[in-house]
Amino acid sequence: MKINIDGKDFEVDPKKRLLQILKEKGFEIPSLCYQEGISIQSRCRLCIVEIEGKLKASCEILPKEGMKIITNSDKVQTARRVNAELLFAEQSKFCSTEHKEHDLCKIISELGVRDRKFDTKKKYKVDLGAAVVRDDNKCVNCGRCVATCAEIQATYAIDFAFRGNKEHVTPYFEHDLNDVACTKCGQCIAACPVGAISEREHLQEVLQVLKDKKKHVVVQTAPSIRASLGEEFGMPPGSLVTGKMVAALRKCGFDKVFDTDLGADMTIMEESAELLKRIEKGGPFPMITTCCPAWILFMEFFYHDLLKNMSSCKSPHEMLGMLTKTYYAKKAKINPKNIIMVSIMPCTAKKFESTRPELKSGVDYVLTTREAAKLIEHFKIDFKKIADEEFDPTLGVSTGAGAIFGASGGVMEAALRNAYETATGKRVSKLEFDQIRGMDGIKHGSIIIKGKEIKFAVANGLWNARKLLEKAKDYHFIEVMACPGGCIGGGGQPLPVNKDILQKRMNAIYQQDAKMKLRVPLENPVVQQIYKELLGNPLSKKSEELLHTKYTKRSKF
Amino acid sequence: MNLKEVYPDCDKLLPRLIAEQKKNGFISEQAMKKISDETKIPISRIYAATTFYANLFVRKQGNYLIEICNSPSCYLNNSLDVIKELEKLLKIKSGETTKDNKFSLHIGSCIGCCDKAPAMMINKKVYGNLTKEKIKEIIQKCKS
Repeated sequence: MKINIDGKDFEVDPKKRLLQILKEKGFEIPSLCYQEGISIQSRCRLCIVEIEGKLKASCEILPKEGMKIITNSDKVQTARRVNAELLFAEQSKFCSTEHKEHDLCKIISELGVRDRKFDTKKKYKVDLGAAVVRDDNKCVNCGRCVATCAEIQATYAIDFAFRGNKEHVTPYFEHDLNDVACTKCGQCIAACPVGAISEREHLQEVLQVLKDKKKHVVVQTAPSIRASLGEEFGMPPGSLVTGKMVAALRKCGFDKVFDTDLGADMTIMEESAELLKRIEKGGPFPMITTCCPAWILFMEFFYHDLLKNMSSCKSPHEMLGMLTKTYYAKKAKINPKNIIMVSIMPCTAKKFESTRPELKSGVDYVLTTREAAKLIEHFKIDFKKIADEEFDPTLGVSTGAGAIFGASGGVMEAALRNAYETATGKRVSKLEFDQIRGMDGIKHGSIIIKGKEIKFAVANGLWNARKLLEKAKDYHFIEVMACPGGCIGGGGQPLPVNKDILQKRMNAIYQQDAKMKLRVPLENPVVQQIYKELLGNPLSKKSEELLHTKYTKRSKF
Repeated sequence: MNLKEVYPDCDKLLPRLIAEQKKNGFISEQAMKKISDETKIPISRIYAATTFYANLFVRKQGNYLIEICNSPSCYLNNSLDVIKELEKLLKIKSGETTKDNKFSLHIGSCIGCCDKAPAMMINKKVYGNLTKEKIKEIIQKCKS
């Protein structure tokens, strides 16, 4: 199909919307409410173009044969400017956005708006959740968070309420996010173009404990952080910054830098033992992974009858937190009460997880990737130039299986590698499970362990998880990560994100796995030592006490 | 995304809400949870739908439900003065309910009585050609 844009003819795909076409052809069109993967909002009206004399929002228009489009006439410019001013007037507080692509401030300055022409009196209370903070005073009602929560995460925690000038985003009956069925995944944070939703910051608390000389402050870093932290310092997506990250954190004043990958290895040891036990006993199937705290909450809210299928393993960082306060504390002769465990996670739901009473505070504070970058900036460390360093070896040796936890399918792959080797005594013939790698929403495959076919499936994004659970009975083992792409696309990761960036982060993680000598947790010397000195065997009484947990039924309202 | 695909029972929502409103005068949190359970529509969506309509309420309303018309005919006949007068008399703002739970004040859309503008409804009964004196009288009558 041929259309004419600003006097030039272009061959275009008739199924794509005009805004997408214009962006692909290199035209600069401002837009705020448009986001890949969700339905068209057409609320911000910034992407308007002139089509045969009429102004239309290009995000919702499909091209027609011979359509004539003007993207930059005076009429278009004026209309865009007025619309930007009106959006600006929605905010009674200025945005403090970290979203570099769709920043409202950037758009209004580009359009030449210099002053606030209209004023608003709206005043909402700030919803200070355990993981996610929502400030409606900064909101411009673009609808991206609402659509993300509903269409990608199937959680429906927030929606628009009332109409006209009283319209605002809220959980039902103006409740706080803490009191409704919100999985705290933080995808709304990634969606918000004006910074009205952000993580609950714990930066100040961590700075305080770093100053406290009596406390032994230990930090651990999640598998996916090393593939994304560099972006916060202007490095290209997919740069692996493990060494720099460790060096920078040590310079921040942390006494020890441990690797959550080891916690992941421990999780795999326990989880694969659990899987083999269930295979022996004949169920309950499917076994469901529990590394993702948003996913655990989702199950606790909506799928009470499947809670018995959840693996009882704690998430990797909680396991490592527990081991730090028992195994490491004993080795280093430190009173566990004086150890403060800080986790750097790609995730906002982990912030909520660390407040769960049943986990007995293995982890004291959780910082997101963005907060970690702020911490490093606070100490004026030149991240790009700092020399690489290694993790502290006591709890810092890990395998490739732990490394791939950060990508969707990684937990499954790691568990299968380990379960196969535990059951048969041999390495699995091909370590890379290609059928469960990549960015697809639902992936599945099967493997034969000791003559029995084990069917497994992997989902990322909670809508995909919901679809997968409908046929849960077909599988023996299910892995779900709540965020698109897995932890690499978590709610605490650097912004902006898109499919391309996620793919690059994912590649970096798999590259790291391929480079490692140790690929299966069973072979990890530190893991072997922990079992020898502290736990005995996987699923032993001691490990049940330290590394396993229970789940509670929560109301879906 | 097709609405019918995601919520097969979405067409039953509005009748349910109206029935609930008729029964109790408003739609309580408890009632909304029940409707959500039955229709399988997420409660945040039901709250969004309820608050969208001016004639559905999420809070308990007073014994006298006053709905003032603010559509063009009434507006041109100074319906804003009617609102001001009522707010002054009842000491509440539009959208609120008096503390003794007697009066609730709402600004609504056209009630089809343009010939009697400015007009209002109290418990669905229409009062037209309003003046300050008339309003005082009506409210006095309700109070006694």
